[in-house]
Amino acid sequence: MSDPLALVPKDPERQTAKDFKTDQEVRWCPGCGDYAILAAVQGFLPELGLKRENIVFVSGIGCSSRFPYYMNTYGFHSIHGRAPAIATGLAASRPDLSVWVVTGDGDSLSIGGNHLIHALRRNVNLKILLFNNRIYGLTKGQYSPTSEVGKITKSTPLGSLDSPFNPISLAIGAEASFVARTIDSDRKHLQSVLREAATHNGTALVEIYQNCNIFNDDAFAPLKSPETRDDVTIRLEHGEPVVFGANRDKALRRSVSGSLEVVPADSPDILVHDAKNPDPSLAFALSRLDSPAFEHTPIGIFRNVERPSYDELMRTQIDEAIAQQGPGDLAGLLGSGDTWRID
Amino acid sequence: MTKQVRQLDRVIIRFAGDSGDGMQLTGDRFTQETAAFGNDLSTLPNFPAEIRAPAGTLPGVSSFQLHFADHDILTPGDAPNVLVAMNPAALKANVGDLPRGADLIVNTDEFTKRALAKVGYAANPLEDGSLDEYRVHSLPLTSMTVKALEDFDISKKDAERAKNMFALGLLSWLYHRPTEATVRFLEVKFAKKPEIMKANIAAFQAGWNYGETTESFSVSYEVKPATLPPGLYRNISGNMALAYGLIAASVRSGLPLFLGSYPITPASDILHELSKHKRFGVRTFQAEDEIAAVGAALGASFGGALGVTTTSGPGLALKAETVGLGVATELPLVVIDVQRAGPSTGMPTKTEQADLLQAMYGRNGEAPVPVVAPRTPSDCFATAVEAARLAVKYRTPVILLSDGYLANGSEPWQLPDVDALPEIDPAFAQPGEEEFQPFERDPETLARPWAVPGTAGLEHRIGGIEKADGSGNISYDPDNHDLMVRLRQAKIDGIARDIAPLAVDDPDGDARVLVLGWGGTYGAITAAVRRVRNSGGEVAQAHLRHLNPFPANLEEVLRSYDKVIVPEINLGQLALILRGRFLVDVIGYNRVRGLPFKAEELADVIRDVINS
Repeated sequence: MSDPLALVPKDPERQTAKDFKTDQEVRWCPGCGDYAILAAVQGFLPELGLKRENIVFVSGIGCSSRFPYYMNTYGFHSIHGRAPAIATGLAASRPDLSVWVVTGDGDSLSIGGNHLIHALRRNVNLKILLFNNRIYGLTKGQYSPTSEVGKITKSTPLGSLDSPFNPISLAIGAEASFVARTIDSDRKHLQSVLREAATHNGTALVEIYQNCNIFNDDAFAPLKSPETRDDVTIRLEHGEPVVFGANRDKALRRSVSGSLEVVPADSPDILVHDAKNPDPSLAFALSRLDSPAFEHTPIGIFRNVERPSYDELMRTQIDEAIAQQGPGDLAGLLGSGDTWRID
Repeated sequence: MTKQVRQLDRVIIRFAGDSGDGMQLTGDRFTQETAAFGNDLSTLPNFPAEIRAPAGTLPGVSSFQLHFADHDILTPGDAPNVLVAMNPAALKANVGDLPRGADLIVNTDEFTKRALAKVGYAANPLEDGSLDEYRVHSLPLTSMTVKALEDFDISKKDAERAKNMFALGLLSWLYHRPTEATVRFLEVKFAKKPEIMKANIAAFQAGWNYGETTESFSVSYEVKPATLPPGLYRNISGNMALAYGLIAASVRSGLPLFLGSYPITPASDILHELSKHKRFGVRTFQAEDEIAAVGAALGASFGGALGVTTTSGPGLALKAETVGLGVATELPLVVIDVQRAGPSTGMPTKTEQADLLQAMYGRNGEAPVPVVAPRTPSDCFATAVEAARLAVKYRTPVILLSDGYLANGSEPWQLPDVDALPEIDPAFAQPGEEEFQPFERDPETLARPWAVPGTAGLEHRIGGIEKADGSGNISYDPDNHDLMVRLRQAKIDGIARDIAPLAVDDPDGDARVLVLGWGGTYGAITAAVRRVRNSGGEVAQAHLRHLNPFPANLEEVLRSYDKVIVPEINLGQLALILRGRFLVDVIGYNRVRGLPFKAEELADVIRDVINS
């Protein structure tokens, strides 16, 4: 498998989280889930040991998109929805960079939906961190494309009418090669997902459930409350049986209709998670278990398959053209075709 | 039979037929033959946006006009001397442009009752005397082609489709064109279908032989090669010249070229052409939309590439926000707009100059960008290099305004000496002693440092939020914003010091009227000015390549003349800017027909102003 970081220079010095902090004052609301994610990313990056100057964070617009200002790497805070497009140009032309996209549910699934799905299908070397808080924060509390139907907000006083996207289902449908979900408050899990994403060849989409304590507080309460979380959280581990529940007494099994059903853990034929299955049907079925009420919600890596990245394919075409035809010769190019001389 | 050969100094031919008749190919081949012969030439392809419009209808007519001469010419010509009409629709759509006495070559096989009725001919114009003022050559082109190909193992349909090659052969005989290159072309084009290849070559030769033997043509014509400056020449279209210019800029700057583009008429050929040149390290990215195309280009620029995006009018509208981000982040970016008739979808295959104000002002906030425009198809090369030079030197998006006429039209191009092309120095920022200030400016150019990822010690964050002068940190300070707005404007205004002053062509120095144009109208304006001068009129001419900023001497030039005429294929966009900027009461001449100006119409306008 191609290592997407093979061409990214390594730092001979040992790094710490502090190396990735900037002198800029962090301006998220007190209690925002973004703080936890920032700390988790800053704490994780030293593991990669890449030169800081070869890491780039690109973002769109929204609360999450302030992220690059707080990372002591190169950073580009761009336009609403367009970060995957901008990052695509950067990643496709610079194999020596580790390029990360930070985005939110409004940024990537509403105004930028088109760029997200096309980045996923192309498999550009991007690591997309999608902070999903199911609300518009920066514009002060309108419903988002991941808000549950009937959401009462400033723009929907009688309840929102449109059905939400499930980002995991969407990404799998868009031919993503790596799709995962994690939670802002579970630092260990978040970092374990980042670890796999960073070394994945191509686009990695990581949905991070992120609490907006101002406009949509406790949106993920069932997954966070000590009383309920173990019962509803399904932790996906590649190659392991999908067993969950506070007493590890529940499991998943394929139903006759092809979807997944919850059965007692001691049932026959319980599901063994296979994130590397080329067929995305199982990953998709897992993504459909999620519901706005969080009766049972898988977290972890849904899909992680090998596929050449767009940038390496692009590079290969160039290398082959040069190998076959030699490097470009400008005078030769201009004088190609039918020419005539006037003396 | 000895045939008479008559000498001409110039000829204008128009090939016209159904969209599926291969008229663009026929015109293109005749152009290549003419270029190889050494005539000066200028072309005007004119085709519908539909790929195969309903056969035999007026909207389905596709034509190709070629003007060639034994001297330096500037336009594809006002009116054809020869019209080749492959069907009644082609005749009806084009006959109105024919001057009295012109040659008309008609494919009679297509003049059936049904085909005539389809375009509203009550009687056959070949028989009712309505074409008496022309020299009509009625030829059964289709059946002659089929007959010539009866020994080939091809379908009747394929045989009929070769009728354009028969016509090309006939015209090649009529004007003494060299034929070897066309035979070579057909050999390559149909290499995988040998029988079709042989049939097309046979049809081409049959057309030639028919001219030689028939009594329909008693005279053939010679147009001697033109005396152009010595050098190596090729024929080139505007889009091809833009693609080559971008590659040249990449080579001269050492920056890898990254093109983000979304297919749109009439700009797509630039994407097609650049996609062929990967050996130059060119990366072409066909994006999911216009916004992603420019976004990827800007992302590549952030990474130290020469980021380019190509589009046409509606696409430029979609790119506006990202161009604004390029202004705010002060990164190099070349945006090429091949203008077409608008608004909205407008007429995609027809030319116009109506995106000037969009290019100048079509963004939120104070967002100045340099704007440049090529004047001829071959000038697209140098203008692309200039756009890249300004973008890199001043760290700014630059908009290049080509148009549909320049894009598809072609002319001979004297190949430049590549070593004499402008050098472009990216001057990437290097780590220094002091803390890096991403918005500290060069005192002369006011450009900020271009620090690319991978450079240790220069890690920084940029974005669309207003930045503090120097440090680049987010700033909402009122005075800082006022300063930054003015600095960005001053940077673009200062480019006036770095461009050539406007040259005025005023041979005797006593003209009182100036014609000022920009972009693709250069040929028509120059031809009109020549006509006026040849008939004793005195008129000065100047043509703008730089529309923002203007050359430093523009105001002085404007004030040196009693009257200034500004012809534009829009409703007066440059005129509006000139009046606003200089309080000069310029006289606009505006036609927005999707077609280039005719030299004679502009000559009349100039004469009227001189005499008024």
